Amino acid sequence: MITYIIRRLFAGVGLLLIVSMVVFAIFFLIPRLAGTDADGLAARYIGKSPTPEAIAAVKERLNLDEPITVQYGEFVKGLVVGTEYDSGTDVIECSAPCFGYSFKTGTEVWPQLIDRLPVTASLAVGAAVIWLVAGVSIGVLSALRRGTALDRAAMMVALAGVSLPIFFTGLVSLAVFSYYWGIFPPGGSFTPFTENPIAWAHGLVLPWVTLAFLYAAMYARLTRAGMLDTMGEDFIRTARAKGLPERTVIGKHALRSALTPIITIFGLDFGLMLGGAVLTESTFSLPGLGKYAVDAIRGNDLPVVLGVTMFTAVFVVIANLIVDLLYAWVDPRVRVGA
Amino acid sequence: MTAPLDVSGAAEPARPDKGASPGGATDRGRSLGQIAWTRLRQDKVAMIGFGFVVFMALVAVCAPLIVRLLGHPPNEWHQEMIDPVLSTANAPWGGMSGEFLLGVEPVTGRDIFSRIVYGARISMLIGFLATMVSVVIGTVMGVIAGYFGGWVDAFISRLMDIFLAFPLLLFAMALVGVIPDAAFGLQGNGLRIAILVFIIGFFNWPYIGRIIRGQTLSLREREFVEAARSLGASNFYILRKELLPNLVAPILVYSTLLIPTNILFEAALSFLGVGVEAPTATWGGMLSEAVDYYNAAPNFMLAPGLAIFLTVLAFNLFGDGLRDALDPRTQS
Repeated sequence: MITYIIRRLFAGVGLLLIVSMVVFAIFFLIPRLAGTDADGLAARYIGKSPTPEAIAAVKERLNLDEPITVQYGEFVKGLVVGTEYDSGTDVIECSAPCFGYSFKTGTEVWPQLIDRLPVTASLAVGAAVIWLVAGVSIGVLSALRRGTALDRAAMMVALAGVSLPIFFTGLVSLAVFSYYWGIFPPGGSFTPFTENPIAWAHGLVLPWVTLAFLYAAMYARLTRAGMLDTMGEDFIRTARAKGLPERTVIGKHALRSALTPIITIFGLDFGLMLGGAVLTESTFSLPGLGKYAVDAIRGNDLPVVLGVTMFTAVFVVIANLIVDLLYAWVDPRVRVGA
Repeated sequence: MTAPLDVSGAAEPARPDKGASPGGATDRGRSLGQIAWTRLRQDKVAMIGFGFVVFMALVAVCAPLIVRLLGHPPNEWHQEMIDPVLSTANAPWGGMSGEFLLGVEPVTGRDIFSRIVYGARISMLIGFLATMVSVVIGTVMGVIAGYFGGWVDAFISRLMDIFLAFPLLLFAMALVGVIPDAAFGLQGNGLRIAILVFIIGFFNWPYIGRIIRGQTLSLREREFVEAARSLGASNFYILRKELLPNLVAPILVYSTLLIPTNILFEAALSFLGVGVEAPTATWGGMLSEAVDYYNAAPNFMLAPGLAIFLTVLAFNLFGDGLRDALDPRTQS
């Protein structure tokens, strides 16, 4: 088990390295390949209407004239031990972990990320609870009552759910529940949990349900398919032949096997979501990580987008690692086989 | 695992249908494609989906004609329709009338119907092209991984895992943000569409790749492949002539199911303001403009939202039906 954990940890670090390369390539290599020169790239990192002096300074600070490998080295160094953006005349400190520096607003990105994480985490955790409970139970029920009116109705709703864009369901729910009925506050408000838990939950109900609806629909479809496959397996027949009560057959045997792929997908989805539920946050104007990135893109503030992207990638890698370890704990075959 | 078009399995559920074989003749001599078509035709829900998909494709192709007959040019302002104080339509129901079928946009007074019709072009174009990119990359990689196995398979499979773990939407936003205004000999909306097609297509290939890899793994062990190999056929010949024809069914099914995902993706990017640039009409872009008017002009929000929903739903219904029709394991 220890060797397995160590091996997974190494794989996680390797994955992180690859992801950082890809993120770096998107922001610094691809624009160059598309024909932007160092000045043009520097201008994009400043934002709107840059002066020639500002461009020269940023070019110097980000080492845009140096080879790409040096730039990448500085980027990783910043993430691990922090870095200094030296323009030749003055120096901007960016302490570790340096997720970048917004030249437009004159702020480090990392404190901003930490500032917004609670909003995104509140959204993600609440929605995840709803979608897991709703999605899995509807999926299981549908599979057990296959072909009945209940199954067909549930699957129709689920199909509609995966076909609806979040930003549309979000707007409709805002119009109905906030504007016409006035039950929930309009978008744009967030109360920290520590301040007032009730206001916190009240303000997040609509975003939670909107986000959870899509995922619950996906998970219901997946769970149903998985359960139907599992119910046809030999070990289910064996369990029934042993005379086990149907509840044990389904609860202990079928569900456990059908849920393993769901754990994997859940780990990935949740990791991605912690990096910013971009669409939900934009629709409800929640000041989370996703909204931060979207506002940055609109305001041409590239370092922020880079920071959020890298931050998300870290979450995804960590989520992957946790899923791997959970697997090994749930299923002994993984430890031996891998 | 059973191959998608297993002869013995597929022939069984296909009942003789009266039109094709009169007098109760056997259904011997029908090709697998015909059998699947017969099954698909009996699936009413799937056929409704198919009908709507064809309808939407026609709308996209004939957009200029439709708009000339039933609407106004998509970027033409009609401020005479706008209340100067509220800046929404001065007629009831958001300005819906015989002249403006779905009403007018707040502020500008542009014809919502025309913009929906033109928006279909962008959605369908990017949805189709991006799916083609995914299918080509996914099929090539999946077949190579599944057929050659060993370290090639390990490498490609790991690559697919990594791709699936990426924050796609953020990446796409970043890429659209860093690409200059003119590149690769393109500029303006042509460049934007090319970038969107490439990004959406490139990041979605592992979905197809995984499925094709799995199918190839099982096909590789079949007798006809062994026969071809023992006759001295090269790897390339086996891939092209023996494996690829057997992969047509899953490729078809999963492309049909990937198109709606890509349409949603494009709409999301347009909604976030990193899609095709204004004033070109896109469904996602219209919804993002509707955010500020969801209470004052519900028709402005509902029209593009329902357009996206119905189109995506139609593709999903058709794709599900196609999968059932081509899968010998499902019994109708």
